[in-house]
Amino acid sequence: MTISAKAFKYGDDINTDYIISGKYKFKSADMEGMAVHAMEELDPHYYEKVKPEGGFLVAGTNFGMGSSREQAPLVLIHSNTKAVLAKTFARIFYRNAINTGLPVVECDTDLINDGDVLDLDLEGGVLKNVTQGTEIPFPPLPPVMAQLLADGGLVEHFKKHGGFAL
Amino acid sequence: MIPLPGKTIAEKIFSAHSGTDAHAGDIVVADVDFVMGQDGTSPLAIRALENMGVTEVFDPKKVAVVMDHSSPSPIEGVSALHTMMREFGKRTGAKVYDVGEGVCHQLIPEKGHVVPGDLMVGCDSHTCTYGALNVFSTGVGSTDGAAAMAAGKLWFKVPESVKVTYTGALQPGVYSKDLILHLAGELGADGATYEALEFHGPVIDDLSVEGRMTISNMAIELGAKAGLMKADAKTLAWFEGRGEKTPNPQDPDADAVYERELTFDASAIGPQVAKPHAVDNVSPIEEVEGTPIAEGVLGTCTNGRLEDFAIAASILKGRKVHPDVRFIVAPASRQILLDAIEAGYIQTLVEAGAALVTPGCGPCVGTHNGVPSNGENVISTANRNFKGRMGNSNSFIYLGSPATVAASVIEAKITDPRKYFEGGER
Repeated sequence: MTISAKAFKYGDDINTDYIISGKYKFKSADMEGMAVHAMEELDPHYYEKVKPEGGFLVAGTNFGMGSSREQAPLVLIHSNTKAVLAKTFARIFYRNAINTGLPVVECDTDLINDGDVLDLDLEGGVLKNVTQGTEIPFPPLPPVMAQLLADGGLVEHFKKHGGFAL
Repeated sequence: MIPLPGKTIAEKIFSAHSGTDAHAGDIVVADVDFVMGQDGTSPLAIRALENMGVTEVFDPKKVAVVMDHSSPSPIEGVSALHTMMREFGKRTGAKVYDVGEGVCHQLIPEKGHVVPGDLMVGCDSHTCTYGALNVFSTGVGSTDGAAAMAAGKLWFKVPESVKVTYTGALQPGVYSKDLILHLAGELGADGATYEALEFHGPVIDDLSVEGRMTISNMAIELGAKAGLMKADAKTLAWFEGRGEKTPNPQDPDADAVYERELTFDASAIGPQVAKPHAVDNVSPIEEVEGTPIAEGVLGTCTNGRLEDFAIAASILKGRKVHPDVRFIVAPASRQILLDAIEAGYIQTLVEAGAALVTPGCGPCVGTHNGVPSNGENVISTANRNFKGRMGNSNSFIYLGSPATVAASVIEAKITDPRKYFEGGER
């Protein structure tokens, strides 16, 4: 399946407090309501920009550093973020994204400008920058994570297999 | 045949828990000895369990949920989440630590839920704290936590290890907090991503168990998966009387293979301060001395332990918190509060002008207990100073040791604590 959407580009070291502030995260378990605050610390208009047509969140190094809050990938999913593309990811966020079904792609994001239209075929391993007419290579997910994502996340994996089947 | 290389602490603990000959880079499914969640993460884990169709936890004695981040509840939304956690405890038999018990990262080791050699996961990034106790403990998200609560196991990539050795000795007025802030400045916020830090050397040996926990607590601030130390006689003595589990310490082999090895002379490290808005934005205190502050915080899972209270009380004894400063003090657990009362530290701090709040996370996470105002600077013993962390994006958080915070609240500006110690100008 190919996802086509616009790139919304930000910088390095985007921490989970910026993705969703602790002051919201502790208020409820309502992700739809919390998603309006996604990325608020860096871009107060992120939700209204991405929600209508969807988008790729593009960043530099160490995306998702900091806390273990799973609300971070969840509010991105609920804000209609189709995938996060970054040079590198922080460990806990990377796992949480796969577990909750948010695609994450490690690639050279210097090859993407804010506003570029991208086509991502995760299974096929192809990322195209339609605006620039280029193809951006990226390594495949580790097999364990590819399987979890293919099952639709860890909860679906558990339901399907009755426990870990890795 | 080439002899197999020795193993790091991480490789030994993963070998013992996965039934494999685990080496860095291997992906293993390993048994966990304990699983924990707090009030910001447990509700999503409970919901994930429901979505999985799981109604029981793998072993009620090995699961706990802790109300610490927003506790006592400041608003009805949080009250509902707390209720959800209490009902989860009643339904499954999992241990519930309710309002006033303390921060999860103090309670889990304090109550003997983990012992040296264990493997545990917690739905909180600072779960790496117990690495100081020779526990491979790491933070995971709520869904991973739920899977571990259901199955008693989780998949892991065995990390490469970085050996960090401290030689020399700490100067008076310099603490383990200064060492880990210094390391964050040296390595950066992604300096050890996916890796385990392993701390060694005479300076670590000389630290109290509490001082060691401060270092391991902040391993995540360098991106690390764990911050591990050997269990020595002090560690084992600390566990005496804390539950029924038998420690099974795991020392690294002499020929263990490290991704890299770093050595620092602790004698050359003075008090350090992390400046807004990043934990790796670190300076020697000389560069920020005199910065005005409106709020001071002593507490959190980094520095809310008895030793931290002793240090702050020794500086504030007979002195006053500056009238322009709010000094908020949050013990890391009920037991620490009781011990600090008995030792007279609470009396000293409150007489000096401190505002004592419920054992727990205090104002660290921006949910309650002291949200700073617009434009204000805060000096805190916590582990994070991201923009908006304490609930206001227009405030500025500096991180330092308990001594630095205590010295600073007296003068309403960032102050080098060494003047209160032997050799100081006092």
